[in-house]
Amino acid sequence: MTFLFYLFAAMALIGGVGVVVNKNPVSAAFAMILSFLGLAALFIQLNAYLVGILQILVYAGAIMVLFLFIIMLMNVEEEEKRKFPIVNALGGSGVAIAFAILLATVLKRSEIGNAGLPRLSVAEGPGNSDVHRIGELLFSHYWFPIQMVGILLLVATVGAVVLSKKQLK
Amino acid sequence: MDWHLIIAATIKIVVFVFLTTLPLVAMSVWAERRVSAAIQDRVGPNRVGPFGLLQAVADGIKFLLKEDFTPNHVRKGYFWLAPALVMVPALLTCAVIPFGSKLFGEKMVIADLNVGPLFVFAIASLSVYGIVLAGWASNSKYPFLGGVRSTSQMISYEISLGLSIVPLIMIYGELNLGRIVQYQADNGWALLPLWGEGLSVQGWVLTIPVFVSFVIFMTSMFAETNRLPFDLPECETELVAGYHTEYSSMKFALFFLGEYAAMIIGSGLAVTLFLGGWSLPFGWLSPENTEAAVPWWHGLIHIGVYFSKVIVLILFFIVVRWTLPRFRYDQLMRLGWVFFFEIALFNVVLTAALLWWFNKPVS
Repeated sequence: MTFLFYLFAAMALIGGVGVVVNKNPVSAAFAMILSFLGLAALFIQLNAYLVGILQILVYAGAIMVLFLFIIMLMNVEEEEKRKFPIVNALGGSGVAIAFAILLATVLKRSEIGNAGLPRLSVAEGPGNSDVHRIGELLFSHYWFPIQMVGILLLVATVGAVVLSKKQLK
Repeated sequence: MDWHLIIAATIKIVVFVFLTTLPLVAMSVWAERRVSAAIQDRVGPNRVGPFGLLQAVADGIKFLLKEDFTPNHVRKGYFWLAPALVMVPALLTCAVIPFGSKLFGEKMVIADLNVGPLFVFAIASLSVYGIVLAGWASNSKYPFLGGVRSTSQMISYEISLGLSIVPLIMIYGELNLGRIVQYQADNGWALLPLWGEGLSVQGWVLTIPVFVSFVIFMTSMFAETNRLPFDLPECETELVAGYHTEYSSMKFALFFLGEYAAMIIGSGLAVTLFLGGWSLPFGWLSPENTEAAVPWWHGLIHIGVYFSKVIVLILFFIVVRWTLPRFRYDQLMRLGWVFFFEIALFNVVLTAALLWWFNKPVS
């Protein structure tokens, strides 16, 4: 199934390049959705069904819809007329290349690839899917971080409500 | 490569999606027109074939032969992409719904995923792109307003839709739709616990949150599929025809069929989660577990039972459409955010408390 890996990896990469290259913000947003879908497919190929599906549900299905919604309310033509910023592009590619070199160096020196990752036994059957495993881990071993994240999100929600109320006055 | 798996999956995709669901879409359009005619004391389409049954074929030919007109002021690429983006997610969600137990040793589900309901919600949430794009690419007032309305409506109701099935998943302890149906075949349907372990105080008390879930689920489904009483995105009196005002011919038909396909898949999911999927009541003819062998005629009966239940729900969708008047937009948003969201959240807590109470370890 390496053929599928290359297909979806290419999809994710083309989407990523499309986000940067496209001048039209709507096209850029769609390229980003394409990239997310490719990424989700890669997760699913690794048997991480839950992560892959959540990638689609949260990023492609919810966050990008809001992005697109905002973009469409803007004036798209104005963005398209903008000149290509050469200095920014050069700076951006410089940072990207530096990061790639850093990543390559770290991966070359690390021992991760040598030993091989331990195989997870995801046996079929009731109560033994990746969803069950992730759920058990989250609510037993990682219960404290989960509660903290929940409170953080609640604070953010309350903050958003308070801020929007203030503007109404 | 495992050719046996690929061939079996291809046959299931062709038969279930293209030879059953798509004709069912066409037939539900016919049913919609006949039922609405009966409700309004008219006759309805009865000229083409017996009882007008071939009306769907005539409609299809009409849509294919009409001029496919693209207005000059639209954004071409996205204008062409939008109808496909409505239709494709609706058909993709067919993949995880079990439409029968087993036939000749093959499980009657295209992809036996362990994240069934999540997959359906994830893919269905992509169908909003088609409508947003149609509204934006049409580049005129009414479609744009329709697209904006539709987006906010679908995002709002997706939340209560997702939350409404959490109590059920807690009761089943399972996200695999095949095993959910098997559980209901053994222990009573979620809404009708009359046999197996469902015949207990716990089973009966739990029908209260399940029933609340069912009401929220079905109502949110109406909003998600943009059907009356929640068809604000294409409200004729205010927006001409909403997001598909600029579309004609087959592209318009794709929007139309996408709506019906989403309705059929929604009915399929409701049947699977609440009404026991392919299983007959009282566990008649049901296999002992998901791996047990099933005689071929039992398999055929199960497929028939699944589709009968889906058709009953489709008729329910149609009758509601022709019974209730359209909501106002602020009422729609109020219902979604102020009532359903809170009730669904409370329902989750209630179910958790009930499950804890009944399964509390005896000290």
